[in-house]
Amino acid sequence: MNAFADQVLLLARRSVVRTVRQPANVFAPLLFPLLLLAVNSGGLKAETRLPGFPTSSFVAFALAIPFIQGALFATMNAGTDLARDIQTGFLNRLSLTPMRGIAVLAGQLGGVAAMGLVQALVYLSVGLAVGVRPASGALGVLVLLAFALLVTLGFGALGAFAALKTGSGEAVQGLFPVFFVFLFISSMNIPRDLISATWFRDLATANPVSYLIECVRSLIITGWDGQALALGFGIAAAITVVSLALASWALKVRMAR
Amino acid sequence: MIGYTIQAEGLVRVFKKGPRAVDGIDLAVATGEIYGFLGPNGAGKSTTVHMLTTLLPPTAGTARVAGYDVLHQGPQVRAAIGAALQEAALDPLLTGREHLRLQASLHALPRAERKPRADELLRRVGLAEAADRKVRGYSGGMKRRLDLALALVHRPRVLFLDEPTTGLDVQSRTALWEEVGRLAREDNVTVFLTTQYLEEADALADRVGIIDHGRIVAEGTPTELKQQVGRPTVEAVPTDPDERERAAAILARFGEPCASSDGVAVRLRSGEADLANIVRTLDAEELKVEHLQLHQPSLDDVFLAKTGRSLEGAADEDEQERASRGLAMEPA
Repeated sequence: MNAFADQVLLLARRSVVRTVRQPANVFAPLLFPLLLLAVNSGGLKAETRLPGFPTSSFVAFALAIPFIQGALFATMNAGTDLARDIQTGFLNRLSLTPMRGIAVLAGQLGGVAAMGLVQALVYLSVGLAVGVRPASGALGVLVLLAFALLVTLGFGALGAFAALKTGSGEAVQGLFPVFFVFLFISSMNIPRDLISATWFRDLATANPVSYLIECVRSLIITGWDGQALALGFGIAAAITVVSLALASWALKVRMAR
Repeated sequence: MIGYTIQAEGLVRVFKKGPRAVDGIDLAVATGEIYGFLGPNGAGKSTTVHMLTTLLPPTAGTARVAGYDVLHQGPQVRAAIGAALQEAALDPLLTGREHLRLQASLHALPRAERKPRADELLRRVGLAEAADRKVRGYSGGMKRRLDLALALVHRPRVLFLDEPTTGLDVQSRTALWEEVGRLAREDNVTVFLTTQYLEEADALADRVGIIDHGRIVAEGTPTELKQQVGRPTVEAVPTDPDERERAAAILARFGEPCASSDGVAVRLRSGEADLANIVRTLDAEELKVEHLQLHQPSLDDVFLAKTGRSLEGAADEDEQERASRGLAMEPA
């Protein structure tokens, strides 16, 4: 293994170890989305009787939400951990080694992606346990996991950018409610074509988070929907590319040495 | 010919909305030397260390560490140096051993060497028993010792220690001094040590540079610096307070009177050799004293002579000045 890969792997391992040693960072991203899924599935079940609703199982419809919420938690974890490294001077310690700066970002995001994958597997397992059967089959599950990984990486890089730019854990945590607003003004709880309030439907249509949710949803309840997949993967890839570019730039400025 | 491991010429660092934190300093630190960089808080010590360790680019001037230019050969500089900065930069969630193994890996130590090296350093800094405990449970002294061990993982030729004993108890401080001394003596490591403690510079450093407001105001061995500011003083406290005038008259034969809180004091004309003559004269004149003491000039006297301020008071003055000007210390 070359030195760079070795460094990335070690830093990713450190990121995972740190997360595991903070139980709140493990359980909150697992429990909170599943709790919300349970509440919504109970309270909004009647929605499935609406004409044109795409499935008779609200759990199958709503199972897409935890995947995106989990990625939002990844944003916060990646960002706050990195901000803590800046505040404690640990980033300076890393900067004083011959390590390439980008290994810090790659390692941190590698750890976040690994945790994101574990979260996705848990959400999926819970879905399967309550009777959801992804319409796209086993291959669809693999695509779903790959998509969850991409979204986690994209949001994680945004969190890392915020941390590197501000150096403050509080600033990163301040992003969380903003992202949640995006989640709530999306097609999270109802298909966009069934939203009766025009202004809300327009907002949901303009909101990129809607397409991320609809991509996951298509794999679970529709099967292979090329448009939903293209939009979902396209937007997730765009978010990832832009946020990685921003995070790399902020890292370069932060580690100007 | 002396080999210099750290060299700097006209090093300057200006911060946005702030003063010239480092204002044109020149340095030449010989290989294997312990160089003490002494000054109050805010004098520019840490900024200098940050520039020499490649963490902060200089605004102007040049510096070479271990033969490499800090601005253009950063990776080579970082491979040659170890640094323990002002705050022990540790991850509270990792254990001491995990820190060392991570550091060893990032310095690309061969795999087979990482574990034995970590074990060796943990033993050396007295953390073998606490090695598998998370750092958040360490005391301040333990964190400092781990910090030093981390700086030594890759056997650096140059060691930067930024106020390494601030906040440590006497025992931890002494242990750290011993280890730093051993590194310079036995391993020929060049040590650049910043401190605001006079006794630390005095006890450890082969040479001392005194920095104030970003400029080096004096430099030399502790003995040379003290000699520069003057001669020792002798203070005598007569047993009978009514004998103070007679005591002052006797002491005046050996030097110029100077301030004394309890008795009388003179700055010796011929240095400490006069002490024996003073004792003999006091005895011959049958003047009893309850206290007779020789005071060597301290580095604080040197700081006072060069800056017009006492080192201890200078830190507070600088803090007040910065607060009153509302200065932010952001990179320019």
